[in-house]
Amino acid sequence: MILLDRVSKTYARDLGPALDRISLNVDPKEFVIVVGQSGAGKTTLLRLLTREERPSTGKIIIGGIDYDKLKDRDIPMLRRKIGVVFQDFKLLDNKNVFENVAYALEIVGVSNREIRHTVPKVLEIVNLKGKEKYMPKQLSGGEQQRVAIARAIVRQPRILIADEPTGNLDPKHAWDVIKVLEKINRYGTTVLLTTHNVEIVNKLKRRVVTIKDGKVVSDRANAGYRS
Amino acid sequence: MKRRLITLWRVIHTGILNFMRNVTLATAAIAVMVVTLTIVLFSLIANATFANTIAQITDKIDISVFLKDSDTPAQTKQLIGQIKKLPNVKSVDYLDKAAALKQYEQQNAGNQQLLTAIDETTNPLPATILIKPVDLNRIQDIKTFLVKPSVASLQSDQPSYSGDRKQAIDKITHATDVLRKIGIITVAVFAVICALIIFNTIQMAIFNRRDEIGIMRLLGASTGYIRGPFIVESMIYGILSAVFSIVIVNSAFLASSNALQATSLGLLDINYANQYFDAHFWQLFALQLVLGIVLGAVSATIATRRYLKFKTK
Repeated sequence: MILLDRVSKTYARDLGPALDRISLNVDPKEFVIVVGQSGAGKTTLLRLLTREERPSTGKIIIGGIDYDKLKDRDIPMLRRKIGVVFQDFKLLDNKNVFENVAYALEIVGVSNREIRHTVPKVLEIVNLKGKEKYMPKQLSGGEQQRVAIARAIVRQPRILIADEPTGNLDPKHAWDVIKVLEKINRYGTTVLLTTHNVEIVNKLKRRVVTIKDGKVVSDRANAGYRS
Repeated sequence: MKRRLITLWRVIHTGILNFMRNVTLATAAIAVMVVTLTIVLFSLIANATFANTIAQITDKIDISVFLKDSDTPAQTKQLIGQIKKLPNVKSVDYLDKAAALKQYEQQNAGNQQLLTAIDETTNPLPATILIKPVDLNRIQDIKTFLVKPSVASLQSDQPSYSGDRKQAIDKITHATDVLRKIGIITVAVFAVICALIIFNTIQMAIFNRRDEIGIMRLLGASTGYIRGPFIVESMIYGILSAVFSIVIVNSAFLASSNALQATSLGLLDINYANQYFDAHFWQLFALQLVLGIVLGAVSATIATRRYLKFKTK
């Protein structure tokens, strides 16, 4: 599903590489946690996957799409196939919960009827039923993050990338978000999660890829956190 | 196809919403556009009015050729035929003696003295050929023909050229040329200013919405979907400006005809300008709309291309 082959990314020559020949293979329906200190290269890795950045060297293939052959004008199409969740939610403050989720469908030309049909279902998955009319500012951080997850999955992407989704949340809300991610993974979506929350990593018992100084230093199944 | 229509509608809808959110920002752009379109409109009307004035005066000018009473109908007919073949002749009319007298009587209907001096039995008026030239500036050919001995011998008097009007025509033609040039330059300058202000407005709008645009991109919105609303917004500037501009010009005409009872402003025939405006109202309005929309759309297209960077690093 996700294949990285000796991928490097250098922003400026005198800074050294942010990612140094990383290879990673993620199977469909897998749940992979990427851990590492701040500055280890986690965010760069995710930005490469969403094609916000281009690799300096190496090959990336996601869902059969070879990034080398991807033209700029096809980037929107790629992003429609990948759901992304961010630490700072990135919700539109002037739209309510329903509209925020619907937005992801509007931009790809889904009819209003279909939107009215789909959005409530997705809000139910993330346990936000009944909060459709709330504005983002009226919600807790955990709820906002679940809105963001709903928006990311409403188009049924095969891959969900979550970049520190619990970074701004207290433990209870963080756990709510993680449970939603697990649920989505059970429904068949590949999930790639970055975090540095030790407790979450230990509790989840999933495959853990550890990145340090731009390199993969360990990759093990059912792992706990070691640093 | 259905998806495309839905998307198109959403782009338009978003553009309208953004416009309403952005009205204060748009004021400057609309104001300059109104000025630009108003200048265009005035130039068009002035141009048409001058053209009309010239045409009217030109139409009144003719060359009269006075025939001798002794000319035979065959000679007259032949002469008319020859004149008709000359280049630059628009029309040829023939007045026989009786018709010439009739015209004289009509022209002097108020003056009994002049009328009694002439009666039908003594009718001293010669039969006359009236020539209307196409172009007043090139009547030399006609003149040359009329003074040829064989032609001159048929005439009772020197031909008359109502040439004193030519000066007036030259003056108006010249004024029209100058005005047209000034009009084109002014319109061009204002169009550029207008485009620059629209650039600026859109740049600010893009800056205000940069977070939203970033999110749209990450969600996979296409370039057109991000860009479209800005273009729609600028097209709305164009539509509103066209409406304001035509309202302003309309009010100006109302004011001038009501308050001043003015019939002319220097060389400009206000009555005709007013008539022309009324008669061509919808065409002029449509033209304003098209100009406004095109100006808005082109500026916005260039501005979004410049300020929305679509490529990844």
